[in-house]
Amino acid sequence: MVNPRNAYGETLLKMGKKHPNLVVLDADLSKSTKTIIFAKKYPERFFEMGIAEANMMSTAAGLASCGKIPFVSTFAVFATGRVYDQIRMDIAYSEANVKIFATHGGISVGKDGASHQMIEDLALMRVLPNMTVLAPSDATQTGKIVELMAESKGPMYARVGRANAPIIYKEKELKDLKIGKGITVEDGSDVSIIACGTMVEPALDARKRLKKSGISARIIDMHTIKPLDVDLVKKCAKETNAIITAEEHSIIGGLGSAVAEIIADNNIPIKFKRMGVPDKFAESGEPKDLLEKYKLNEKHIVNVSIKLVK
Amino acid sequence: MKHYDDKTVHELDLMAVKIRKHVIEMLYRAKSGHPGGSLSAVDALVALYFHHMNHNPKKPCDPNRDRFILSKGHAVPALYGVLAESGYFPVKELKRLREINCMLQGHPVCTYVPGIEASTGSLGHGLSFANGVALAGWLDKKDYNVYVMLGDGETDEGQVWEAAAVASHYKLKHLTAFIDRNYLQIDGNTEDVLRLESVRKRWGSFGWYVIEIDGHDMKQILDALDEANNHKNQPTVIVLNTVKGKGVSFMENNVDFHGVPPNEMEYNIAMKELNFLQEKLEANN
Repeated sequence: MVNPRNAYGETLLKMGKKHPNLVVLDADLSKSTKTIIFAKKYPERFFEMGIAEANMMSTAAGLASCGKIPFVSTFAVFATGRVYDQIRMDIAYSEANVKIFATHGGISVGKDGASHQMIEDLALMRVLPNMTVLAPSDATQTGKIVELMAESKGPMYARVGRANAPIIYKEKELKDLKIGKGITVEDGSDVSIIACGTMVEPALDARKRLKKSGISARIIDMHTIKPLDVDLVKKCAKETNAIITAEEHSIIGGLGSAVAEIIADNNIPIKFKRMGVPDKFAESGEPKDLLEKYKLNEKHIVNVSIKLVK
Repeated sequence: MKHYDDKTVHELDLMAVKIRKHVIEMLYRAKSGHPGGSLSAVDALVALYFHHMNHNPKKPCDPNRDRFILSKGHAVPALYGVLAESGYFPVKELKRLREINCMLQGHPVCTYVPGIEASTGSLGHGLSFANGVALAGWLDKKDYNVYVMLGDGETDEGQVWEAAAVASHYKLKHLTAFIDRNYLQIDGNTEDVLRLESVRKRWGSFGWYVIEIDGHDMKQILDALDEANNHKNQPTVIVLNTVKGKGVSFMENNVDFHGVPPNEMEYNIAMKELNFLQEKLEANN
């Protein structure tokens, strides 16, 4: 178990060494977002902006206009909803080379409650023109994604959860990782489970249990929600009999909606089910209890798969 | 020592009239736009682009250039006029303001127009953006200056004060903000809508060096800019006491011309007044 947030902090350090133009901004959460790792090594390139996220986003755009590569971090709630207008005008519309890296996405944030459980961020960012939207699934992939963010032009948003997460990938397995190209983690023929972020691991666990029930599940890690890997979705639709999407995000507007749009726009006749947080705010609680109550764990992926495939 | 002579001031005053004529012409053609706040901002923009700032229209991306950010994006007709007259793009392009398939959008977009540093139009962002530019200059050990203009009503926005605190905290000495203090915003007098006074005390208490001048007096503007550059411990704010709609009698201090262009009759009168002003200035040479 490794925390993707630590992978973020460590990779910032590595990329900061490689790219002298990389700068980091945080809004009084550097210990939680792990930008503190960068701040300690490169204090002159770390800008503590205080509890003032709107100002932080626009300031990052100003830095980017001078050739800097700003990584901006805070919790996902404050990194998107609170500062939507600043991202829209100064980053997306302006095509600024700003990298927003948000932590504490999804309901598994746990006991802080719905105020801190961001389940709308992927939708909010996906609807913005020019914005790339990412949700890495483990620490290894987070590191690789942060490298790609630092070395690709344009506005980008990435989110990870709060909790430690099992390691899915070895570093060498991700050497060809590309933004916009999903990963077929495990092959299968009955159902494709297209997951992102924290839902990839339970999807992989569900696959093992489905196998015992005689169901062959393909697992897709769709780390890039926008631009979506349309060819991969079509391939899954062609080669498997059903598609399930799974994300720790509102059922509206995220990965599931993006995949549904592809299916509908291309008149693909296929069994399809979205798994996500229902259209309501969640609540305080232990992460595992919340994921059980809101039906976002291995068990529920198995149940939905069996029901859909039968 | 003054960095200008009477001839310079005279030429700048003439340019300001020329820009005001562009503004009226543009808005009349576009049949939309914001005359009041464009006209009040003209003189400071002219001082910056035709005298004070280090910039080169042939090299709009020169990393050493001084930067100007128009936070009150609705006043962009004045900035378009100044950029065109400086040589960033052909003056004839001004005729196409707000037309479809034209680079001159209703509010400024940095990816469309050479010389536009920041995309604005949603109020309250520009000072934060300018902070970023100033921080980059500090990191790169460059001496360029960063200028930003805010509307007085715009400072209702909370983000402005987040940015004011940050600029002061990081001692952004190369940063100068203008407040276009014309006392009018859409719903009325700034003091009735949401009291701003004391503007001086507010900025001062945030750790800024405050200069207050007549925003239509070219000499005062030039002096204030020199004073801002010479003040090297903190960011400077220049409060420009201005008249909304300056230069056109029936637009002056008239909130109805915040976002309404002149009709044909009003256009003719406005141009007549500005031509008269131009001739009077030329005769005084």
